[in-house]
Amino acid sequence: MKKLLIAMTITIWTMTPALTPAFAKPANTDENILHALDRLSFGPRPGDMEAVHKRGINAYIKDQLNPDHIEEDAKIQQFVGASPALTLSATQLYNQFGPPAVKQAKIDQNLTESADDKKKLNQIKNDFYKKVDKDITDAKLMRAIESPRQLQEVMTEFWYNHFNVFANKDQDRYWIGAYEQQAIRPYALGKFRDLLEATCHHPAMLFYLDNWQNTASGFAKKGRFAGLNENYARELMELHSLGVDGGYTQKDVTELARILTGLGLPERNVKNGAVPPESGFGYHFEPKRHDQGDKVILGNRIAAGGEEEIEQALDLLAENPATAHHISYQLAQFFVSDEPPATLVVKLQKRFTKSGGNIKAVLTELFKSPEFWDTQYYNAKFKNPFRFVVSTVRATNSTPSDFTPLEQFLRQQGMPIYGCLTPDGYKNTTQAWLNPDSLLRRTSFAMNVASGKYKGMEGAAPDYKNLEDTFGNSLSDKTEAAIKSAPDNLKPALVLGSPDFMHY
Amino acid sequence: MNRREFLKASVLASLCFFPGLSGWAFRQTESADDPKKRMIVIFLRGGMDGLNVVVPYGDPNYYSIRPTIAVSKPGTDSGAIDLNGFFGLNPGLNALMPLWQDKSLAFIHASGSPDPTRSHFDAQDYMESGLPGEKFASTGWLNRVVGMMPSKHSPVQAISVGPLLPRIFAGPASVATVENARGPSNLPVDRPQVAKAFEAMYSGDDVLSKAYAEGVAAHKTINTALTVPQQKEQVMANRGAPPPNASFGRQLANLFTSDPTVQIAFIDFGGWDTHVGEGNGKGQLANRLTPLGVGLADLADGLGILYPDTSIVVMSEFGRTAHENGNGGTDHGHGNVMMLLGGGMAGGQVYGRFSSLAKNDLHEDRDLPITTDFRTVLTSILNEQMHLPKTAIAQVFPDFKADANPFVTT
Repeated sequence: MKKLLIAMTITIWTMTPALTPAFAKPANTDENILHALDRLSFGPRPGDMEAVHKRGINAYIKDQLNPDHIEEDAKIQQFVGASPALTLSATQLYNQFGPPAVKQAKIDQNLTESADDKKKLNQIKNDFYKKVDKDITDAKLMRAIESPRQLQEVMTEFWYNHFNVFANKDQDRYWIGAYEQQAIRPYALGKFRDLLEATCHHPAMLFYLDNWQNTASGFAKKGRFAGLNENYARELMELHSLGVDGGYTQKDVTELARILTGLGLPERNVKNGAVPPESGFGYHFEPKRHDQGDKVILGNRIAAGGEEEIEQALDLLAENPATAHHISYQLAQFFVSDEPPATLVVKLQKRFTKSGGNIKAVLTELFKSPEFWDTQYYNAKFKNPFRFVVSTVRATNSTPSDFTPLEQFLRQQGMPIYGCLTPDGYKNTTQAWLNPDSLLRRTSFAMNVASGKYKGMEGAAPDYKNLEDTFGNSLSDKTEAAIKSAPDNLKPALVLGSPDFMHY
Repeated sequence: MNRREFLKASVLASLCFFPGLSGWAFRQTESADDPKKRMIVIFLRGGMDGLNVVVPYGDPNYYSIRPTIAVSKPGTDSGAIDLNGFFGLNPGLNALMPLWQDKSLAFIHASGSPDPTRSHFDAQDYMESGLPGEKFASTGWLNRVVGMMPSKHSPVQAISVGPLLPRIFAGPASVATVENARGPSNLPVDRPQVAKAFEAMYSGDDVLSKAYAEGVAAHKTINTALTVPQQKEQVMANRGAPPPNASFGRQLANLFTSDPTVQIAFIDFGGWDTHVGEGNGKGQLANRLTPLGVGLADLADGLGILYPDTSIVVMSEFGRTAHENGNGGTDHGHGNVMMLLGGGMAGGQVYGRFSSLAKNDLHEDRDLPITTDFRTVLTSILNEQMHLPKTAIAQVFPDFKADANPFVTT
């Protein structure tokens, strides 16, 4: 039965013309360059094709794999450096934008309990949040659009969705910028084990998946610390490491939850301004709330101890073959195809295991694989809304003065920045994003941007010929024909709204 | 390969024909449905705590295992609203009581998906594909229902409200998506010259071209529908003050009343994952239930003469632990309650085999067991309310045989 299905799949795939990308021509250098730019960056800007041509594809890939050797854009450095939301620690952010700051504002402005004053206080609270929110969403778009370290940004996006934290959960509102900055970006091309370590210990994640409350059962009930909460433990196995088919049981989830008891946040309501004890990015491990028994996870006994149990558990998860498979599959799906070739997944899995979860090594393997350079995959991934927006802005060579309209468009497309509610993060497959209504609205967006009147991108009106050059004249014959017979003033919008440009 | 295997294979293999949610050309041709019949599915994502929604206040175990979050007995402050002397309704759903009294509202307790997963994502996936435990399913059961509805196709025969097409609507039958149902929208493609140019690019047989054509057609139809002057907002004083999102009922009803070709709709709401601070007759869960109840009551009211021919199903991926956890909340569980509304329902009843919350009656010592498969309930609705023949239902839920009448009381 299974064999038959596979056979059917292959036959149908090769027999159905509609599924072969209409734009696939025999590969030439330009097409290879475009493919590399499509996958390692958020889409080519004018001049990128020529630059990679000059530098050579392999050198370009090597450059991108080593972002520390690429000078970050000065404007981005300045913006990030000046933003409290992206430079402060979680505790500092809590104090400057959270309840303590609101409390202080209440005192400073002599606000009472009257309805009017409460309204004012609410406004203050909202303003704090908006300031943080604006900084981090602006920075996200600015980096994706303008950073020369494109692969680092692409991988940061990949890992953020892998270790997703939803922005609109109380204090995560002002922690997610720090989370991405401190726990994700530095390791985007580093070691997987470091990503697990950092995300596991970041206050944003501890709060999002409730582990800050996870407490040994039997602990003397105190406020909200009165029992096991397995929310994070489950997602850590299902989403972050082993994968849902990774061979763990409900018992393993409970055991991992026991191991994670006590890993939480520093007590905030300390009197007399005593500094709460905290480590790392601002977590606090409370031995008193930690389960004192031995645990058995995935068949391995972990002797009763303290924080070191968590390290042992993360080691076990990072080294498990199921994790190597899960991450390899996701990378292959992200960089090659919604249905990634099994041969590639196996290759990456081997590399992942051999290199001890070295992400750069796995990507190096991926970018030199014949599967990556198989032309059937060129321009065959459907852009998710974030990539569609960013690639449009890049293609028009714009540097937006206002990111808000772009953020709103992404909201309308169902992909608000940092706004994925569930821990599985945003998908990158056609299945998740292709639907009639949103496709229609993408064409409207293309019209608006190309008109040169899009707010924040005024004067972006791109020249049709320049756009063609930017994409190495890769448009399909059908698209070319349709554009040729259209009035000149519509031509740039047609390129940006074309079926070709919906893909990468 | 026997017939059942073949049917299942065609559901699974449809991934090959239709990568993703697309495949706008393909439709079933078997004719059998009743064009008057309408169906609305409402999905509550996150695992609604059914035991605090339809409350077994007659079971003393309920109060012992939920010391701080149990909804108190009828007649007390923020107590349950009595339904049948054993079950009571969370007071957050007060707005539904007139429908209960009209006998067009029913509940099925201890129901759900038989797969034991406690993962939101898997559980939602299974409940939306209608194939519990089947990882390769690429179509959703509601899409397969649309495929079985042969009434002359309109681009808005099936409408998904929300920015994304959900898994339940994944598949070959076309589904219109509207971000919200508030009013007509203007797009550049409303200009003939722009429309002509884009249509030339999106003119093929490929999935994008079909999606584009569907998008344009639905946009036109929905704009026409939503241009109809809206009915005056009803005074809702006796239903409490609803948060803004309670307006979904009125908006959804508008879509149905203004275009007779709208037959199936889906909408989902999040925020039911009450691990922490769930509350009882008031608090977090009750606050979520209030707009839901008001919206459903408005929907029934707004459908007007269509209500007797409409089936409304409210479901969630799993219930929650019978015991409360250490954070005044509940964790992922198993059995849950389904809500059914519609003029044709034998309502005013809490159905399902519900024994007790005593430890040995619980699933894995912790959750409400599932005694009625959600597909049994849906099969019954598709057959008796929607008048779909059994052969069609066998393609909606291949490999599943509804073996018991879901409408039993214990």
